[in-house]
Amino acid sequence: MNVSLFLTCLADVVYPAAVGKSTVEILERLGCEVDFPKKQTCCGQPAFNSGFHRESRDVAKHMIKTFEEAEYVVSPSGSCVAMLKEYPHLFEDDTDWQDRAEELANKSFELTQFIVDVLKVEDVGAELNANVTYHTSCHMTRLLGVKEAPMKLLENVKGLHFTELPNKQQCCGFGGTFSVKMVPISEQMVNEKVQHIEETDADILIGSDLGCLMNIGGRIERQGKPVKVMHIAEVLNSRAEVKTWE
Amino acid sequence: MGIKIGNDKFFERVDKGINDKFMRKAVVEAQSRLEGRKTQTTEEMGNWEDWRDLSEEIRQHTLENLDYYLDQFVENVAKQGGHVFFAEDAAEANDYITSIVKKKEAKNIIKSKSMVTEEIGMNEALEELGCNVVESDLGEWILQLDDHDPPSHIVVPALHKNKEQIRDTFQEKRKYDKSSDPNELAQFARKELRKDFLSAEVGITGCNFAVAESGTVSLVTNEGNARMATTLPKTQITVMGMERIVPTWKELDILVSMLCRSAVGQKLTSYITGLTASKEEGDIDGPEEFHVVIVDNGRSKILGTKFQSALQCIRCAACINVCPVYRHVGGHSYGSIYPGPIGAVLTPLLEGYDDHKELPYASTLCAACTEACPVKIPLHELLVEHRKVIVEQSGKSSFGEKLAMKGYAFAASNPGVYKVGSSSAPSFISSVAKGKDGHGKGPGPVKMWTDIRDLPEPTGETFRKWYANREKERDQS
Repeated sequence: MNVSLFLTCLADVVYPAAVGKSTVEILERLGCEVDFPKKQTCCGQPAFNSGFHRESRDVAKHMIKTFEEAEYVVSPSGSCVAMLKEYPHLFEDDTDWQDRAEELANKSFELTQFIVDVLKVEDVGAELNANVTYHTSCHMTRLLGVKEAPMKLLENVKGLHFTELPNKQQCCGFGGTFSVKMVPISEQMVNEKVQHIEETDADILIGSDLGCLMNIGGRIERQGKPVKVMHIAEVLNSRAEVKTWE
Repeated sequence: MGIKIGNDKFFERVDKGINDKFMRKAVVEAQSRLEGRKTQTTEEMGNWEDWRDLSEEIRQHTLENLDYYLDQFVENVAKQGGHVFFAEDAAEANDYITSIVKKKEAKNIIKSKSMVTEEIGMNEALEELGCNVVESDLGEWILQLDDHDPPSHIVVPALHKNKEQIRDTFQEKRKYDKSSDPNELAQFARKELRKDFLSAEVGITGCNFAVAESGTVSLVTNEGNARMATTLPKTQITVMGMERIVPTWKELDILVSMLCRSAVGQKLTSYITGLTASKEEGDIDGPEEFHVVIVDNGRSKILGTKFQSALQCIRCAACINVCPVYRHVGGHSYGSIYPGPIGAVLTPLLEGYDDHKELPYASTLCAACTEACPVKIPLHELLVEHRKVIVEQSGKSSFGEKLAMKGYAFAASNPGVYKVGSSSAPSFISSVAKGKDGHGKGPGPVKMWTDIRDLPEPTGETFRKWYANREKERDQS
């Protein structure tokens, strides 16, 4: 199976290689041919959610062209894939582009969704000895509708001691530009999230979206709390002898 | 009162909300209680998603044929001796209502809970005439006694007050001398209100749903106050938003059930009242005269636009009860009698962006509201739609944001530019990654981010570098 990786701008620009590298290694281990179209940029969500829809159309066109040849597009982010699925709505007055957008939307999957629903695998042979909890990101669960896949995969990671996060359905306060436009509100929201994480006694907070993890992790760092954040790709790529988070 | 409440600026209101410890505790508790009960009663129904689909369909069908059903409703009210008045705006509605009150030489008015009468500022208009207007919903009555404190929730208007504050208000305004025990407080309110029910010449109600096929007005309460307000006074005036229509009793049945379950997690509230026409021969109670005021006040302008679905709202507040922003800032922060996600959508539609331009941005677009809505209003999408209008039509987006977004889009659609930008990111990020609380580093949005959070330290190689090296190695081997 041929998979094109859509890394997302956060994993590309802000974070070091671990998330993308883990995604590639997991997929290859499961028998996929993985390529990385180098012209890829961002899904366009920052402009779209801010109301700059003309601008997000330009970004969308670029991404549609970049991934036109792909068989499957897989990305370590629920939110960015939900944005790719939004593309057809951006071209309601342009059937040519709408068809191309539709094609991209149909072949795009979030990483855990792809592993569980397309590859039909629930155990990726990972092992990580740690107390963990999991943050269900809003766009992945509510917009993309992926709720079970990450849970199924985490259940089969050896050594994980999992505690459910209280009020897990509640947003962490990231919201893209919300996090910088509405700082006082975002702060209250992320504080509550961090408090709930602490209640679980977890050493690691796992998440499937780097936006949320950057927000929660950044607040945890600022408060000097002893909790690490880890993308689910890194967890699923952990093996007994390799602990990528150290 | 009107839609807008208070004169504080948005961030001043937010600041007040965030620092109101009691209010925040009350909101957190109320959200968990209401949402918990809602989940339980909607699960009991079975096939909740199918019920939502059906309810959405009923509301959409009604809005698409609103002219027809309004006509039918009006005809049926008139046929049974009722009077109907269409008010294009608040002033017209108030003029009509005050003219009836004047004609009746009424001094005492009793009201049951109604958001639309708040919206049009009806109480103030009647008070100007010298009338004594009394709210009979317990929450609204408390707020009225407390110098017209505005509501902070559309179903539980006094959500932000605790029982001690209520006792103090009763003591100060009504010489109450008992404890803050909710039973004693309610007993007192009951006794006080009884006098007002008995002396009122005119009863004014809102309307949860108006049934077109029979000309019936239906009211949903837990306190029975709407029944008192519609059976004792000789004149009844019902004020309704023009979209409150259901075609028949069959749809009423479904939507009332959806409303009660979604609003307060009850299968039915204690009192569901259907009022058709005025008192007839042989009836032992009911008004001698019945008026319905159908208020447009900006609603018809929403019909046929991308915001039409906002008119599907049945005012259950389920979106408010799950909203993580409302949770921390409370209702008054929205600066509107309609708070929360539906308020952030509706308020700018009814009153324009000038006073409410921040509301569409007071959301993370987490879509909890959309998921909770029993009539499937895509609330988070409508918030994005508002942002689009602000950017493309109203010209209210800031120069800085325009520049940032155009720059962003240029980079994100030109891989060469993106590459230059992204390759300089790590050294930039490491220079600003850590600030102190309230003292972020870097320009504009970066400072806002690092005011309260760190940025991830860029350590080790980037993915692109790792991938390029791997490709090189593979080519060599």
